Amino acid sequence: MMIKTEKLTKKYGDFTAVNHVDLQVQAGEFLGLLGPNGAGKTTLIRMLVGLAKASAGKIYINGQIMGRNKGDLKGMIGIVPQHINLDKELTVRENLLFCAKLFKLPKEQREKRAEELLEFVGLKNVEKRESQKLSGGMQRKLMIAKALINDPHILYLDEPTVGIDLTARRKIWDILKTMKNKGKTIMLTTHYIEEAEYLCDKVALMDEGKIFYCDTPDNLKIKLGKFTLEYFNDNNETEYRYFKSLEQAKQEAGLLENEYTLRKTSLEDVFYNFTNRKVN
Amino acid sequence: MEIMTILWREFIFFKRRFLRITLSAVVSPLLYLIAFGWGLGSQINYEGHSYMYFIIPGIIALTTMNTSFSATSIRINISKLHEKSFEYYLTSPVNMYMLTLGFVINGALRGLYAASLILIVAYLFGVKLKITLAFIIICILNSLLFAAFGYFASMVIDSHYEMNRFTTFVMLPMTFLCGTFFSLDKTPILVKNLIYLLPLTHASQGLRAVALEGNVQITSFIVLILYTVIFYFCGVAASFREM
Ligand SMILES: Nc1ncnc2c1ncn2[C@@H]1O[C@H](COP(=O)(O)OP(=O)(O)OP(=O)(O)O)[C@@H](O)[C@H]1O
Ligand SMILES: [Mg+2]
Repeated sequence: MMIKTEKLTKKYGDFTAVNHVDLQVQAGEFLGLLGPNGAGKTTLIRMLVGLAKASAGKIYINGQIMGRNKGDLKGMIGIVPQHINLDKELTVRENLLFCAKLFKLPKEQREKRAEELLEFVGLKNVEKRESQKLSGGMQRKLMIAKALINDPHILYLDEPTVGIDLTARRKIWDILKTMKNKGKTIMLTTHYIEEAEYLCDKVALMDEGKIFYCDTPDNLKIKLGKFTLEYFNDNNETEYRYFKSLEQAKQEAGLLENEYTLRKTSLEDVFYNFTNRKVN
Repeated sequence: MEIMTILWREFIFFKRRFLRITLSAVVSPLLYLIAFGWGLGSQINYEGHSYMYFIIPGIIALTTMNTSFSATSIRINISKLHEKSFEYYLTSPVNMYMLTLGFVINGALRGLYAASLILIVAYLFGVKLKITLAFIIICILNSLLFAAFGYFASMVIDSHYEMNRFTTFVMLPMTFLCGTFFSLDKTPILVKNLIYLLPLTHASQGLRAVALEGNVQITSFIVLILYTVIFYFCGVAASFREM
C-alpha cells in the first residue's frame, strides 16, 4: 500500500472534520475523492501531507509512519493545495527554482528540472512573468509544476482545475494522465464529476468526515443500478430511478405517462444519489 | 542550505525594490536627525556631548530594531496569511531550525543595511562616530534579536490587526522608553529597572558607551544574546504550531 490510514481523525474543538477514516491507495492508483462542500476532503489531504496534525489515528506512506517532521517522506510527495500559494513576488521560473532549492535538488539538476516542467505544463513563454500577474489558469499550471519539482511518487491534488477554462482543464487532464502512466500514485479531489470519471481508477465518496464508499466507478454504478430512468414528475421535480437491468427499466418506463429519458447510469448519478441519500 | 535558499529568495526581492527599500530606510532617521539633532541639538549639551552625538547611537539602535522587526514580520505575515506560501515550505523537507534562522538572518541584514545608511547620513551631517568592532557586534546582535522577535510575533498572530496591536503596545513604547532620546539617569529607580529589562535599552546604551566613551559593557552583550536566543527558539517552537 502506498497510502494507508487507520482511524484517521481530525477534530476542531467539538467539531469532527474527519472521522475515523480508513483509506488504502495502492501504488500507481489514481483515486478520486468526492464529496460535498465541507465533507472534510481538504482536511484529510492536509493531514496526509503533514500540514495538519491528526487528532487520532495513523498515516502510513509506503509502510512508514507519516508525521509532520518526516522530511524523507515529504520528499516523495507533491501537493497542489486548494488555494493558490505561489510566491507572488517571484517570476514563474524563480518560483520553480525556489521550490527546487527547498526540496534540496542538487544544483546541476535545478535549472534542468525547471526547464522541463516549464515545457511540460506549457508556461515556457511566460517564464519571466511575476506569478501574481499570471491568469488563474496559468497559476494553476504553475502550482502543478511546483508539485512535480521533486519528481514525487505521490501526488495530492485538491481541486486543481477549479475556475479553469475547458482547454486548460483538458491540458491539465493530459498532464495528470501522463503522470499516472509514469506510475505515480495520485489522489484528486474535484467537484467536476466528469473529471473524476475520466481520470480515476477508484472513487471515494466522503461526507461529514467519513468515507462511505471506495470503489471503481463501474462497481459504484452497478451497486446503484446500471440504468437510470429520469423524468419530470407531477410535483415539478426531476425524479431519478435506478435499475439493475434494462428490461426492468423499460417496463417501468412503459407505465409512465410523463416524458422520460432512459440512459446508462453515470458517476454523477452515483454522486447525486449519495449526497441526497439523507433526504430520501 | 535552507538559509541560503531564503537569502537567495530575499535577495531577488531586495534587488527589485532596491530604491524603495533604501529611500524608506533613510526617511525616518533623517527626520530624527533634523528634528532632534539640528533642531534641539544645537542648543543642548548633553552629558558632555552635543545632543547630535548623543542621539545617533540611539537612532541606530532604534532603526536596526524597527527595520529588522518589520522586514521579518511583514515578510512572514504576507507569506503566512496572504500568499499562504509559508504552508508550501512546510510541505517540503525543510529543517525548521534552519528555515527560521534563514528568515532571522535576512531580517538582520536588512537592519544592518539601514544602520549603515544612517551612518552615511550622519557623516554627511558632520557627525563622526568611532565605529569599533564592539559597535558593529552590538548592531548585529540588536538586528538578530529583533528579526527573531519579528519572526516569533508574526508566527503567533493570526491576523494583520493583531500585528498592529503588537506594534502599538510593544514596539512603540520601547521606541520612546529605552534611552534612545534621553538619558535614563533621572528616571525613578523602579522605572529604570523595568526599562533595563527591555532589550533595546541595552542596544542603545551599549552603542552609546562604545561610540562616545569607548568602553564596552559586558552585561549589554549578555542581555542581547540571551534575548536573541530566547526569541529564536520561541520562533521555532511557534512555527511547529499548526497553521
Ligand atoms: N481550521 C479550522 N478550524 C475549524 N474548522 C475547520 C478548520 N478547517 C476546516 N474546518 C471545518 O472542517 C470541515 C471540513 O472542511 P474541509 O475544508 O476539509 O472541507 P472540503 O471537503 O474540502 O470542502 P470543499 O469542497 O468546500 O473544499 C468544514 O466544516 C470546515 O468548516
Ligand atoms: Mg476543500
